[in-house]
Amino acid sequence: MHVMYFTEQPMSAYPADIGLETGHTALLFSNKHFDPVAGSELYNRYLEHYIYAEEQGVEGFMLNEHHNAPFCMQAKCNVFASILAAVTKKAKIVLLGNPLPLAENPVRLAEELAMIDMISKGRLVSGFVRGGGQEQLATGVNPAFNRERFEEAHDLVTAAWSRQGPFRWEGTHYQHRVVNPWAVPLQKPYPRVWIPGVLSRETIIWAAKQRYPYIALNTSIEATKNIWKIYDEAAAEVGYESGPENRGYLQQIHVSDSEEKAEKNARQFLWMQGEFTGLAHPVWANPSGYFSPSLRRNFVEFAVGRAENPRGRPTFEQQVADGRVFFGTPKTVIPKIRRVLEETRPSIYGIWGNDGTVSDADARTCIRLLGQEVMPAMREIGKELGLKDPFELNAPVHLKYSTDLKSMPQAAE
Amino acid sequence: MAGWSEQHIDLGGLTLTIGRGGSGRPLLILHHDTGTLDKLPFYEALSAHFDVIVPVHPGFSEKSERASWLRHPRDIAALYQWLLAELGVERVSLVGLGFGGWIAAEMAALAPRDFHRLVLVGAMGVKPPEGEIKDQAIVSYIDYAKAGFHDPAAFERNYGDVSTDQLVEWDLCREMSFRVAWKPYMYSPTLPHLLGGVKAPALVVWGDDDQIVPKSAGELYAKALKARFETVAASGHCVDMEQPDTLARLVTSFIEEN
Repeated sequence: MHVMYFTEQPMSAYPADIGLETGHTALLFSNKHFDPVAGSELYNRYLEHYIYAEEQGVEGFMLNEHHNAPFCMQAKCNVFASILAAVTKKAKIVLLGNPLPLAENPVRLAEELAMIDMISKGRLVSGFVRGGGQEQLATGVNPAFNRERFEEAHDLVTAAWSRQGPFRWEGTHYQHRVVNPWAVPLQKPYPRVWIPGVLSRETIIWAAKQRYPYIALNTSIEATKNIWKIYDEAAAEVGYESGPENRGYLQQIHVSDSEEKAEKNARQFLWMQGEFTGLAHPVWANPSGYFSPSLRRNFVEFAVGRAENPRGRPTFEQQVADGRVFFGTPKTVIPKIRRVLEETRPSIYGIWGNDGTVSDADARTCIRLLGQEVMPAMREIGKELGLKDPFELNAPVHLKYSTDLKSMPQAAE
Repeated sequence: MAGWSEQHIDLGGLTLTIGRGGSGRPLLILHHDTGTLDKLPFYEALSAHFDVIVPVHPGFSEKSERASWLRHPRDIAALYQWLLAELGVERVSLVGLGFGGWIAAEMAALAPRDFHRLVLVGAMGVKPPEGEIKDQAIVSYIDYAKAGFHDPAAFERNYGDVSTDQLVEWDLCREMSFRVAWKPYMYSPTLPHLLGGVKAPALVVWGDDDQIVPKSAGELYAKALKARFETVAASGHCVDMEQPDTLARLVTSFIEEN
């Protein structure tokens, strides 16, 4: 089982009171409230946390990116990935991920990722995302073509990685008369691709049909089981049986040396939720054309305040009761994680350990306890439950590299 | 509305819905980026004088199909030339409202000898020399539609209590607007250079309180088209819905004058 450490890298030094007063803390919340002196200190602190995490036995770092909002400082996950490629030695660098539709030049993205893979000596996992609605607006990318661009950019990046150049690409959104990057990945046929998500059925099915592991982001156990049902059905349709190696999960877990301190710091997970899902206009998070047409009617009612947020705003206590937030000492947290592993059987597990204004010392305590106690225990449970990850199984990187597909009826030409 | 009918016409792999009523010289009305209500007093007033044709822009309503190949207002302009050919109407006058004004200007630029008269009302399509076209992507559906009016009562008069069906329509409109006019947002850098060839006499009309498209865009149009520029008092962007009688009078007298 592959366990990795995650943080949103919050810009926790921003004036939260002004955010509340303004009524939104994303997209249009002015960057005059971004303090680069605090930003410099925080970037370096987060960087030191990853290095410390590797020293404490953490075997993977999950990185992401967002734009125009204090809840996440990473505007380009490839920047942190590049640094970690050079300053760490063993841990996997798991990007979950690059928002493909935001790429105006996927060939350049393929080059950057190939460089990271080579510099890290083959430690890159290159996840891809559609990017939230706000990310499209923050970068001037057409939300109505989000899925088209996602799929085409994916096809172009993986072609740039795995086809010998030079070749030509005449797509709908991308046209390149010469594709021949002189930087190709160390890992063959190309670095593993994992697809994180939370809402979209289309993305789950797409990931299953590529045979890419899907990483459920902080969903409830019931929602997670439903995701696997959709995934498993799509996998069967294209001729393979999915298992733990196709399943990933990200969970908010803060561990500390006392229950009281753990609870206090776990409440900081609400900090991010308030900023992200609370204080933004619904049409920023879901611009027209971005979401599935089947959700249109429900969404427009929510957007004008006539319906509740379909994702809800559960209290901290409710989230703890639902098993979406865990906190405690390693001793009390491990049995809770065991239950998730038993119930949903993922082989990839991201632990979102620190968020909001958790102090440097408490964040380091959390990282140390995760690396030294929680993650080793999880790996043992994983062995006991047969949760083999894609590395252990040497699972195919993409469906087309499968050697075990059941013969499928051929579609009529 | 008496004598008003709805027709469905297959063109370019999609089915277009058009409203049509009245008789006389053919008049093509091109609606806003917020779609069109089925019946508007403005259409009715004009149908007393003209053969009024109102296509529902493809993708801007559940009524009019979208085609994935449509990616620019110029594509819609070409599709509407095809529509006019199918309908067998000649020497049409164009009345373009807001976003529909952009399509009308493109049609006139593509076929400079074809049209009898061109009327642009609060037209998008050119980069305003001063100010910017309001970005609908960052405001709610209702707030954007309301910004089209000078007097909130005029919005109420047209839309009443906004229904969920109307919200769905606005979401479709918004999606299709993004598909055809995302970047640059709601203008073409090449269009101003093509307007000089338009032979049809043109009239440019602007609401004096247009909060969607700055008046400077109208002045640019008027100069490029050598057109008369008229301002309508106590009106926002949607002059057709806020001051329908005034606009209908302006349009009628302009089209009928020698």
